[in-house]
Amino acid sequence: VTNSAPSMINLIGSESDSQRTLYPYVTGTSVVGIKYKDGILLAADMGGSYGSTLRYKTVERLKTVGKHSIIGASGEISDFQEIMRNLDELILYDNMWDDGNSLGPKEVHNYLTRMMYNRRNKFNPLWNSLVLGGVKNGQKYLGTVSMIGVHYEDNHVATGFGNHLARPLLRDEWHADMTFEEGVKLLEKCMRVLLYRDRSAVNKLQIAKITEEGVTISQPYALKTFWNFSAFQNPTAGAEGSW
Amino acid sequence: MFRNQYDTDVTTWSPAGRLFQVEYAMEAVKQGSAAIGLRSKTHVVLACVNKSTSELSSHQKKIFKVDDHIGVSIAGLTADGRVLSRYMRNECINYSYTYESPLPVGRLVVQLADKAQVCTQRSWKRPYGVGLLVGGLDESGAHLYYNCPSGNYFEYQAFAIGSRSQAAKTYLERKFETFTDSSRDNLVKDALFALRETLQGERLTSSVCTIAVVGVGEAFHILDQETVQGLINEFEIVGEEPAPADETAAPDQGSSAAAQGPSEDVAPMDI
Repeated sequence: VTNSAPSMINLIGSESDSQRTLYPYVTGTSVVGIKYKDGILLAADMGGSYGSTLRYKTVERLKTVGKHSIIGASGEISDFQEIMRNLDELILYDNMWDDGNSLGPKEVHNYLTRMMYNRRNKFNPLWNSLVLGGVKNGQKYLGTVSMIGVHYEDNHVATGFGNHLARPLLRDEWHADMTFEEGVKLLEKCMRVLLYRDRSAVNKLQIAKITEEGVTISQPYALKTFWNFSAFQNPTAGAEGSW
Repeated sequence: MFRNQYDTDVTTWSPAGRLFQVEYAMEAVKQGSAAIGLRSKTHVVLACVNKSTSELSSHQKKIFKVDDHIGVSIAGLTADGRVLSRYMRNECINYSYTYESPLPVGRLVVQLADKAQVCTQRSWKRPYGVGLLVGGLDESGAHLYYNCPSGNYFEYQAFAIGSRSQAAKTYLERKFETFTDSSRDNLVKDALFALRETLQGERLTSSVCTIAVVGVGEAFHILDQETVQGLINEFEIVGEEPAPADETAAPDQGSSAAAQGPSEDVAPMDI
């Protein structure tokens, strides 16, 4: 079996590489999500990085999906836009049945998983990590899918750096049935840590809330940051060679 | 119905605007042995008469499980019914795989109806010669549908198809208003009574019938012979339902279609 056999063409060889994703270009960073008393809260900043340049600062990475779900995406922004086109079409056809049935967050999450996994199998992934949350008939749902199709549900999820910096905070401080205020406070704490420590983070974020009643995505706002640590006061005090 | 010059092709209209091949397909349903369905708010019961061609052979399978939450009973060309059941099972399993959620009955029924319609508009095909009573659950509760060879489908509280189904329909028409809030066991009992009507005097035993149930918290399953015989014995001891009075069928309440054979001027599928 040579490398020019039809089944091999898309897999190997620099000519055929123009047919598939090799690396991402414009990327979003972490998304963090938690379940709270009335539903789900998602948080993400509005940054679109171009490598190490913080190039775009008004990228909406949280979107509604139908009546019952919200999605947050990190990774390649153009792939997220493609995913949104697919999801909007899915919801449209679901609505066109006009029969009282509707796709809930669990169904959408599974559909996304199939989409991501099938692309991964073709060596042409959608370069995203997604968070999918929603409420249907009183049932809260929060899940995540990665670019290779790894998927799971939990009470709190995050993508990218959020897994390393936010999840530990959530493991300590999340509890069932938090109020909206408590939830937002906890998410802001996570986002603040990410802002301090993630080089692709920008200080302009949105928080999305979904409950049985519907979806609200907040206007963008900035977090207060705190720099008056005593060690910053006289940074050179006690340094080698100083007096 | 009589032969005429417009009935050779399914793609030939008659001057009266009828497709005779489709109507003949619906005749095939009427010739099949009876199948009955009834539903409450939470359960659907499907029942059918299972006659075998000889003592030596086994019974034809007329009730199929399509998924945990959907089942179907058929009347007419059972081979067509088997093939359509396979299609339905496939649709259900594909939906479950993609969405991790059961396919709503209402949507399956529309897909089935669209499939049947295709066969009424292709010159190289023939309509499916089978009527399906589809019983299943979705978000809004229990549903019973009837799918016709014409590609039409209707939702019913209770319905009967196949030979001598009129007798069952008469019984169901008397009692259908009680079905919505009926208990599961009473629903099964009513199914057995309705089935007995189609046997016209012949003894009802578990060897001539098949019963299946699906409900909230109860996956679709066919009741085994013992259970069915037990239920039959129960109500025969308790006392029989009064014989159906000779009243004319109530004007179309949606649970009886084409009570008399198709008249020369109205196509049955338009009712």
